[in-house]
This record gives sequence, C-alpha cells and structure tokens, in this order.
Amino acid sequence: MKSIRVIPCLDVHQGRVVKGVNFVNLRDAGDPVELAARYDQEGADELIFLDITASSDERNTMVEVVRRTAEEVFIPFTVGGGIRSVEDARQILRAGADKVSINTAAVDSPALISELAQEFGSQCVVVSVDARRSSEMPSGFEVFIHGGRTATGRDAVAWVEEVVQRGAGEIMQTSMDRDGTRDGFDLEMLQALGANCPVPLIASGGVGSLEHLVDGAKLGGVDAVLAASIFHFGEHTIAEAKQTMAQAGLVVRPIV
Amino acid sequence: MTSSPRIAVLDYGIGNLRSAQKALEHLGAQAELTADHQQIAAADAVVLPGVGAFGRCVEALAQAELTEVAHQAAIEASQGGRPFIGICVGMQMLFSTSSESPNQQGLAVFPGQVGPLADDVKHPQMQWNQLEFSAHPMFAGLSKNDWVYFVHGYAGPITEHTVATCDYGGPVCAAVAQKNLWATQFHPEKSGTAGLTVLNNFLDETAGQ
Repeated sequence: MKSIRVIPCLDVHQGRVVKGVNFVNLRDAGDPVELAARYDQEGADELIFLDITASSDERNTMVEVVRRTAEEVFIPFTVGGGIRSVEDARQILRAGADKVSINTAAVDSPALISELAQEFGSQCVVVSVDARRSSEMPSGFEVFIHGGRTATGRDAVAWVEEVVQRGAGEIMQTSMDRDGTRDGFDLEMLQALGANCPVPLIASGGVGSLEHLVDGAKLGGVDAVLAASIFHFGEHTIAEAKQTMAQAGLVVRPIV
Repeated sequence: MTSSPRIAVLDYGIGNLRSAQKALEHLGAQAELTADHQQIAAADAVVLPGVGAFGRCVEALAQAELTEVAHQAAIEASQGGRPFIGICVGMQMLFSTSSESPNQQGLAVFPGQVGPLADDVKHPQMQWNQLEFSAHPMFAGLSKNDWVYFVHGYAGPITEHTVATCDYGGPVCAAVAQKNLWATQFHPEKSGTAGLTVLNNFLDETAGQ
C-alpha cells in the first residue's frame, strides 16, 4: 500500500543548520547531525540536507556532516546543493548518503542525470525542480534555477518528463512562488507535475500548517511532503504532523 | 562474554555501503567494508549490500573479483554454515536472473527470476511499508506489521523460501531465508529501530554459530 513520507529539510551553511531552529534540550541546535538524530527519533521518514554554501571548498564540510550522520542516523537521507559531477555524487554517497539531489546542474547539463543514474541507479538520483507560475509556458509553470532567481524558459511539466526519461528516480518539486510564504503548497502545480510523473514526487515550498501537509498529499496527489520551518521552529513535531495526516485518512508510518 | 563478531561487508564500489557498516558497528559488531578475500574468509559473517540496477551490481561484483567469494559464502550459509545476509539488490542477486538485466546472471543460490513490481503502482517503491512475516529468527522482537524502508523497482519471486512480504500493488517478496542465508528486499540499515532489530538478530545468529 502507498504511504506518505514526511521529510524535514535542513538547510546547511558551512556545516551548520540555518533558518533558525528552536528545539529544546539540544546541546547545539545548529548542529545538523544532532538535529537529524532528533528528527529520526521523532519519526521522520527521511531527511534532506541542502548545502546552501555549495562552493567547492565547502564540499569537505558537507561530506563530514554526511559521515557523522551515517554513524548515528539509520533512516534514509538525501544531500543536495553543489553536486555537479559523478565524482561529487560518489563522495557524498560513499560517506553514507542514500541519494543526491541536483537542480541547477541538471538544467545546465541534463546528461548528468543519466550519468548519475547509470553509475549509481535511478533510486539515488533526485531531481529538484524549482518552478514559478508563468503564462508563457504551455503548462503554466516555468523552471527556475539559482535558488529561484533565474528563469530557464523551460516548461516545468515537460522538464519533469525529460528528467524521468533521463533516469531521475524521484522528483522534488518546489513552488518558488510559495516558498517561505507559509500559504501552503501550490496544489495546481503539484497536480500538473504529478499527472505524468511515474516516479515518486516530493512536494515542497510554502508549508505553514499541518493541514497544508494533508492538502498536498490528498489534493496534490504526491508521495512525500517536505517542510522546514514548521518543524525547525518547534511549532509542530513530526508526530503531530503524522497524527493530523492519519486522522485525515492518509496512510503514514506511525510513530512508535 | 563473547567478543564482538567480525562482519565483512562486501565492498564493490556501488552507492552507499557505509550505512550497513555503521549500523552493524552501532550494534557492537566489528564491521569492515572489504574486498579482501582473506579478510572475508576470516570474518564470522558476510553482508552483501546492493543498490541500483541488477546488471550494474552483477558487473561491479565481478569487477571487484567478488562473484565467486559471494557465491561460495551464500551457498555455505544456505547449508547451515557461516551466516550471510543480502540486502536489496544484494538479495536480488541471490536469484538466478532478473528481467531488469536479462543478459546478466545472478548467483543462483535461489532459483527463479527477479521481476518488476505491478504496473499500477509507482516504480520504484520508495517508501516505508509494513511487513507480514512468518515465524523466523530474522524477525525476533519485531511486532506484527512493523514498518521498514524499501527502494526497489523489482522483486524476487514468492517461493517456499519467502519469510516476509509487503503489499505494493499485490504481495511483494520482502525477505527470503534458507538456514543461515538471510536476505531482505528492504533496507534494515535504513529502517530505524525495526531495521536495527533485524540486524541485531543477524548478529545473534552469528554469535550462536
């Protein structure tokens, strides 16, 4: 049976979690490994680290975070940000990550998707698609890169089809119109991108309440929901998120 | 007091092998990622992980000159000798063939062909799912319908050796076993407490040898 994954996202800058974190009883709230362990205990189904420094000289810092996480956290985790080659990906996977996520690098060099899939398998390759509404695109949604600053002229629905053909094993979709707004997912975008997406689809961008997670799974038809701030600021726990989703009739892995 | 078991995690250069090693270390074992035949021979148990495509894993295992080592170790375990556990594609490779990579041969310790998941569900299955398991030492301490993490587009056939299934567009082979040869389609090293329980059971089985 299909179950919906709940995935907290940790933005990491120079080896520290940023965006603010407000857990109690953490010795060091800015340590990504400690936060990852905490989310694991709370029942997160998966974790995503986004390296927002992503310059090559910071790469070793992220690899070290991955190495330390793999020693303590026994749930799947994905690393994105700054991965531009098969060798970059190998370093992250060998350190203990399960998947890598690529975004700008995939747009700049779509062949990288198939190279990664061939080398490590599609299940290792998450393509992150940042999109905004655009009346000039056939689907109404355009792909953006560089953290949502640069338009690509690519139609988001066509791009999802292309990356899946090239070997992406999972799509992480972020509405750049909604990101940070706390207004909820762009459900129309989720439906548009999900309609022809044969691989798992993660919804991201805009979550401000637990009901938004329910809407994404129920109305957006996605396989996983991602959120950052509602978990980081201590407003809600993963357990509360799952309880709300279960009460709404969704299948989630219960918290033990 | 028994000394901690030495576990050889076969290293043939694919994906994330470190998590299996770290999970076993977390449980008190001495786990080494290794392709060294002597080190593998000296170990108390063997782990064959695997991610990605069946054919790619078969090729990589051959390139690392581990095909025969893995085959012998699995056969020995299936006859009641030194314990062996295959994980994910490491389980699939124990079968004869896979329709994913028709030109590649598996280790053929179990008969039959690995085939695709049902058409009406997403491929891969990339999620937590509940296990329905039969009484087997692999599942000691797990409660009925515990959840574990799967990432796969293909699965082994359900046969007399199947000890667990999950439901994903129909029943899917989730674990097989024959004597001391164990194998899981799910990732015990990525399945939180439930997965660590399975690996701990494997270490108990090893300690009991």
